Amino acid sequence: MPGKSVGTAVPSAPRGKYSLPKFSKPKAPAGIVYRGDPGMWSWVLHRITGVAIFFFLLVHILDTALVRVSPEAYNAVIGTYKNPIMGLGEVALVAAIGLHALNGLRIILIDFWAWGTKHQKLLQWIVIILWIVLLVGFVPRHLINVFSE
Amino acid sequence: MTVSIETPRAPRTVRRGGINWEKWGWIYMRVSGVALVVLIFGHLFVNLMIGDGVKALDFAFVGGKLSNPFWQWWDTLLLWLALIHGANGMRTITNDYARNNLVNLILKGAILAATIVLLILGTLVIFTFDPCPAGAAANLLPTFCSAG
Repeated sequence: MPGKSVGTAVPSAPRGKYSLPKFSKPKAPAGIVYRGDPGMWSWVLHRITGVAIFFFLLVHILDTALVRVSPEAYNAVIGTYKNPIMGLGEVALVAAIGLHALNGLRIILIDFWAWGTKHQKLLQWIVIILWIVLLVGFVPRHLINVFSE
Repeated sequence: MTVSIETPRAPRTVRRGGINWEKWGWIYMRVSGVALVVLIFGHLFVNLMIGDGVKALDFAFVGGKLSNPFWQWWDTLLLWLALIHGANGMRTITNDYARNNLVNLILKGAILAATIVLLILGTLVIFTFDPCPAGAAANLLPTFCSAG
């Protein structure tokens, strides 16, 4: 459990009979065993991309709902998706969705398949490589669409 | 090899009967996740990669797409699976960080309310909208509106 410091709850051994193990005060928040490991960063990124995609989804359902209002209302709002700043935002969105999707598949492979658990580091590299391939396929084409008149 | 148990006599929660909702939530995230990979990348490919991509998006494009039952059901499935997947993820994060009971309850209530409202709104929009509304300029509408 993160945040719980190691060695606070030493079972009360009879004093004098056994020497209690000595604990040095941890330098950093203790108990964070996999701190700094790639597994931690993929966990952090999964959360951050998940929250970002969730809020985009809320907005995206509302903007699409404007088709029920009028063609003019929908076109006015969707028009803002075509300006260059939003175009870059769409690159970030697709990058976030791609990472969340590929990392999610990696989690599933680790959860359900012993091979996946054993080779989780390799799977992490595969996620990064496939993510780059996805962006190489998407980003130039999308930016040409966004910046061409 | 020694295993140290921090507090061996600490009381622990023992589940007794009933539906294990956390387990089904865990399964839902994985099953819907796989489906969403297909649904979302299909959605992104058709809307952003084919033709002029984002530049081609307007009422006529969406109207044409949503008058096809295939895309209606694609988008309905996408709406329900994605929003519930996202809401359940937000619930997990709320439980992790919002330790104050009242704050936790308010945040989860807001997530639940937004989810229910948007599921109903989105589903109604997909199935009740008119691709050829009366009185709209023909150049804003799908071409089939003026065909007959």
